[in-house]
Amino acid sequence: MNINLTLVGQTIMFAMFVWFCMKFIWPPLVEAMAARKKSIEDGLKAAELGKEEHALAQKNAEELIASTKNQAAEIIANADKQANVMIDNAKGVASEEADKIKVHAKSELDQEVVKARNELKNQVSTLVMQGVNSVLEKEVDVKAHKDMLSKLSQSL
Amino acid sequence: MASGELTSGAYIKHHLQNLTYGKFPDGHWGFANDALEAKEMGFMAFHVDTLGFSFVLGVLFLFLFAMAAKRASIEAPSGFQNFLESIIDFIDENVRGSFSGKNPMVAPLALTTFIWIILMNTMDLVPVDWLPSLAGAMGVHFLKVVPTTDPNATFGMSIGIFLLILYYSVKEKGLGGFVGELTLHPFGKWMLPFNLFLEGVNLLAKPVSLALRLFGNMYAGEMIFILIALLPFWIQWSLSLPWAIFHILIVLLQAFIFMTLVIVYMDMAHQKEH
Repeated sequence: MNINLTLVGQTIMFAMFVWFCMKFIWPPLVEAMAARKKSIEDGLKAAELGKEEHALAQKNAEELIASTKNQAAEIIANADKQANVMIDNAKGVASEEADKIKVHAKSELDQEVVKARNELKNQVSTLVMQGVNSVLEKEVDVKAHKDMLSKLSQSL
Repeated sequence: MASGELTSGAYIKHHLQNLTYGKFPDGHWGFANDALEAKEMGFMAFHVDTLGFSFVLGVLFLFLFAMAAKRASIEAPSGFQNFLESIIDFIDENVRGSFSGKNPMVAPLALTTFIWIILMNTMDLVPVDWLPSLAGAMGVHFLKVVPTTDPNATFGMSIGIFLLILYYSVKEKGLGGFVGELTLHPFGKWMLPFNLFLEGVNLLAKPVSLALRLFGNMYAGEMIFILIALLPFWIQWSLSLPWAIFHILIVLLQAFIFMTLVIVYMDMAHQKEH
């Protein structure tokens, strides 16, 4: 328990240890810790940023999908409308055509009827002539009666 | 057990005797063979055990931390590095909390005092007879294992701290400012001698209280271990185990108190306005 030169030795030793610690131990360890802290902070920040970007992208995508849907609906509606218009047009054209055909057919039919009637008239007049001929035999002057007959056949 | 006779008094005295290498009164240097010879050597002597153990422990501290510092990894710190970093963090927090100035030396100073004192104090937990008996078997008759139970070690540290206090006081406040702080405070310049006395005591009390607190606690703890070791061997554990467990607290607490006071004293030395 005597105080002696040990005191001086201990003081010098202490000073050396503190110097060594200050020079070679404290700075690298503290720097490493600070660097790790920074890298963790950066990582967290980046993660946060990524999250935000992801949310933004999702929102954009949703908007895009919604607008695309709208567009698609619009296109479909337009197409429907156009189709209706086309159908209406077609209907018009078709009915017109049908009318035309009907009119045409009717006129043809009328012509046929006229033709048939004329033929019938002729045939009837010939028949009448033959009948008259056979009834009157020679007493009939063909030439004289021809006009009358044809008048008759006309009136039929 | 150098003397061979195992009286309690001799046992205790033997355990409290440092291994002393010094200058005998007749002029030659050598190891003291008993307490009286060690005393006669006066100041010109070394406590080889104190110097040796504290040096080995200090180098152990520096080695462990230097290894961690060299391999310090930012991405994947090892468990050991994590452990040391938690200590660094603890010290850093204390320094930030108590030290307001700017000095890159204070934190390493606090770390060194904290860990070195813990290691030296921890030697107290080695059963009191192991190392001295081992040394005795190798022909070394005295061995005091715990450096902090030697006032040379604690005063050695506190004198280092005291020199730093003086150096930074003068550096930060200027010689005039430091002298003014010692003389013009707390009662103004007409009470100058009284002020000087008060502040002088205040200043000197710092290293003395630092050293004596640590020494007293560790010396008392060591003494109790020695007294417990006097009991019959089959009952020793019932006292030494609880005391050792309690002593862990003292080991850490004394180191912490020493470190905190060092930081506070350094802060006081750096404060310009008083």
